Amino acid sequence: MNTIVVAQLQRQFQDYMVSLYQQGYLDNQFTELRKLQDEGSPDFVAEVVSLFFDDCAKLINDMSISLERPDHVDFKQVDSGVHQLKGSSSSVGARRVKNVCIAFKECCDVQNREGCLRCLQQVDYEYKMLKTKLQDLFNLEQQILQAGGTIPQVDIN
Amino acid sequence: MSASDSCSSSMEEELHVLAVDDNLIDRKLVERILKISSCKVTTAENGLRALEYLGLGGDPQQSDPVTSTNVMKVNLIITDYCMPGMTGFELLKKVKQESSKLKEVPVVILSSENIPTRINKCLASGAQMFMQKPLKLSDVEKLKCHLLNCRI
Repeated sequence: MNTIVVAQLQRQFQDYMVSLYQQGYLDNQFTELRKLQDEGSPDFVAEVVSLFFDDCAKLINDMSISLERPDHVDFKQVDSGVHQLKGSSSSVGARRVKNVCIAFKECCDVQNREGCLRCLQQVDYEYKMLKTKLQDLFNLEQQILQAGGTIPQVDIN
Repeated sequence: MSASDSCSSSMEEELHVLAVDDNLIDRKLVERILKISSCKVTTAENGLRALEYLGLGGDPQQSDPVTSTNVMKVNLIITDYCMPGMTGFELLKKVKQESSKLKEVPVVILSSENIPTRINKCLASGAQMFMQKPLKLSDVEKLKCHLLNCRI
């Protein structure tokens, strides 16, 4: 095992993780999610976030259909979708996605179609951005493991 | 039920929890947290499924041996409040209205919203606890201690 390479990768991982929190992509609930992972369930976080991203894609698609026709918007369906998305994003620590959902709900409550469309676009952007970032994070984890190292505990404070 | 239900054996018994939530991610989360906390977990995606599992779903005349043993085995029900169809509150009421042993099963309500009137009505209808989502590992550890201390 090349200890220098491992140390470099671990440092990269740590810095990247901290930056994701500092930039508001993730919050404390993601830390809580990581606590649920162990040698017995080493892929728990990856599995849950993967389900989350699939869920995002589906919900966003359904909501975009509901919002499509200006004269015939099913706000009830949209509200249900936003509720689901807000819940899921909160549960995995996807802070930016959750925050867009809060604004999205407000637009839905007042039946503001334009506002909803903007929020829909934003939530789509945010979940895809997070997906890319977390993929990079997981890749770093894999590199560390392949180099024979262990994933460091990251203290966010 | 048995004479050996002392404090020490209660601590060693595995809690069987029925977790009800319409959101897949939340089900995965609660299941994992409960399993780490050494609980046996059964998940249900809505109130009706939960009642079916507990033997209340179908014909009340039917005494299905499989479902009636489920009632005896469930030590705790954790349910989301906001669910389409039957809400967690309605599920709570159905459980507490039972004349069987089922009404003694503690029911914990989970909600993402901290609304005092909601909390009060759940507690008034017999909910053991009201907890805020998202659930963390430490929440269930606290819950377990609370429940195990309450068991006589």
